[in-house]
Amino acid sequence: MPAGISTSDFYYILPELVLTAGALVVLIADVLLPKDRRAALSWVTLIALGATLASLAPFASTRVEIAHGLIAVDRFALFFKILFLVAAAITVLMSVRYLEVEGASPGEYYFLILCATLGMMIMAGGIDLVTIFIGLETMAVSFYILAGFIKPSQRSNEAAVKYFLLGAFSLGILLYGMSLMYGLSGTTNLRVMATRFAGQEQNPLLVLAVILVVAGVGFKIAAVPFHMWAPDVYEGAPTPITAFLSVGSKAASFAMLLRIFVEGLPAMSGDWRLLFYVLSIVTMTVGNFAAVTQSNLKRMLAYSSIAHAGYVLIGVVAGTARGVTATLIYLLVYSFMQLGAFAVIVLLRREDVVGDELKDFSGLHVRNPFAAFAMLLFMLSLGGIPPTAGFMGKFWLFSSAIDAGYYWLAVIGVLNSAVSLYYYVRVVVFMYLKKETIGSEPKATPALAVTLAIAVAATLILGVYPRLLFEVAEASARTLGMVPITTALR
Amino acid sequence: MLSAYIPIAMFVAVATGFAIFTIVFSNLLHPHKYNKVKLEPYECGIEPATDARDRYSIRYYLVAMLFVIFDVETVFMFPWAVIFNKLALFGLIEMMVFIFILVVGYYYAWQKGALEWV
Repeated sequence: MPAGISTSDFYYILPELVLTAGALVVLIADVLLPKDRRAALSWVTLIALGATLASLAPFASTRVEIAHGLIAVDRFALFFKILFLVAAAITVLMSVRYLEVEGASPGEYYFLILCATLGMMIMAGGIDLVTIFIGLETMAVSFYILAGFIKPSQRSNEAAVKYFLLGAFSLGILLYGMSLMYGLSGTTNLRVMATRFAGQEQNPLLVLAVILVVAGVGFKIAAVPFHMWAPDVYEGAPTPITAFLSVGSKAASFAMLLRIFVEGLPAMSGDWRLLFYVLSIVTMTVGNFAAVTQSNLKRMLAYSSIAHAGYVLIGVVAGTARGVTATLIYLLVYSFMQLGAFAVIVLLRREDVVGDELKDFSGLHVRNPFAAFAMLLFMLSLGGIPPTAGFMGKFWLFSSAIDAGYYWLAVIGVLNSAVSLYYYVRVVVFMYLKKETIGSEPKATPALAVTLAIAVAATLILGVYPRLLFEVAEASARTLGMVPITTALR
Repeated sequence: MLSAYIPIAMFVAVATGFAIFTIVFSNLLHPHKYNKVKLEPYECGIEPATDARDRYSIRYYLVAMLFVIFDVETVFMFPWAVIFNKLALFGLIEMMVFIFILVVGYYYAWQKGALEWV
């Protein structure tokens, strides 16, 4: 065995290996199973995700660097890995019916979801620019294909091409920034980089590197002004993929963001805090105001997810242990409510109705009370109304900003939440107050009912009893190297 | 803090200026004599036979992509072969795993009919 690699390294990447094996099994099963038994693929996929989740168990309190510091196995990575796996499982659950209605053969679909999840897991664990980038590419390439999976649909094709071209371009910018970071420090390892940059005088090239990386990451989390792709891609992509894209890809990009800036560039925290401070305000405001005018629900949720990226950035700007904790909490909470909202849209997709327009929701509470109630809950949670999880998430985000001395950021965040209530409540008005209904009865399949039940339960439980989540998130945030609080922006 | 950005602004200005200067200056200097041969697209020195805007089968892309996949596989094998003695059994197993994953993809593409020329 070559120097630097040991058998224990393979032990620590066991979850990733299990997931890779699962993905290969799904791929082979796709060609071996007879055409009428393809529905079993979703089960194979769920088993693969479950096995991966189970294989995370031995690493509950591990904190090591493996393979020459390419990957870190710590609680921060663990938190995100669990989030990705749960999000992927929920996506698979809501995909079954959607693919049936669209008449698309599952084919590579489930394989690609597993590949995207694998990429995300590597991104969360990566503490080396190269590892992070490989994870990012694995995830991004899978999503490019998935966005265009409904081949006869022109909008789906448009989404895929737009996402691919803009994504490739933004990756180029990100890579340029990363290459400058490497050139200036002589290492790709983020932790070594942090020690090399510490105490150095300000280098304009490093500032350029920070700007480029912020732009590249900003694209991935859909922060304004790098958000232009999001509404078109979210609207055109298959609905379950939109859900996974807005939750998994965003969370993974935030994991990458925290790793690069908090672990690798604490010396530049004055600069990136300033940039994220501005980005956060602009993103929240533009996202919310643009969402107000939307009549297509997928588009509205796209703008809302842009706004939510702005909220989450508040925690990053704070940069304290509390801020990072709030970021983790919010990403998890947001995952459940966002996935749930998209599950309702999938439920409304029937043979005769597309189901993503606002008017398709009218009278829903008469025809499917459970779905209407679930949607009500998700909308209130996204708007940040107690006793939902969204409220607790926002509470921690804003309080972390106040704690770190960014009072205005918290004020603007609260004002934005008020604006967002307008368009969230509008959906509720359509569901409960309008009478006219369109198309056939929207019935939930067992898989969709389970999806909604999970999302509803999580949104309520995390809102009423958030203590456990807080403790877990705090312990995870503490494994990340912390930035000292500077007075740069007080 | 903003003064730190001045060198970047200068860098951008110089880079843009250099590009514009080169294009404009070479346009001013070079002789403007055109003939048929000069205006033809350059194709590795071979005279173009037909118009480049022609329809061709989309299958070319598939073949090209499959070629690239297995070409890159070989690229990975060369450095592996050079230090094979040092890597020993570990290297052999690693390469087997790598090839196995590729073979799965190959099998999938084959079964899906990617190798059939319709």
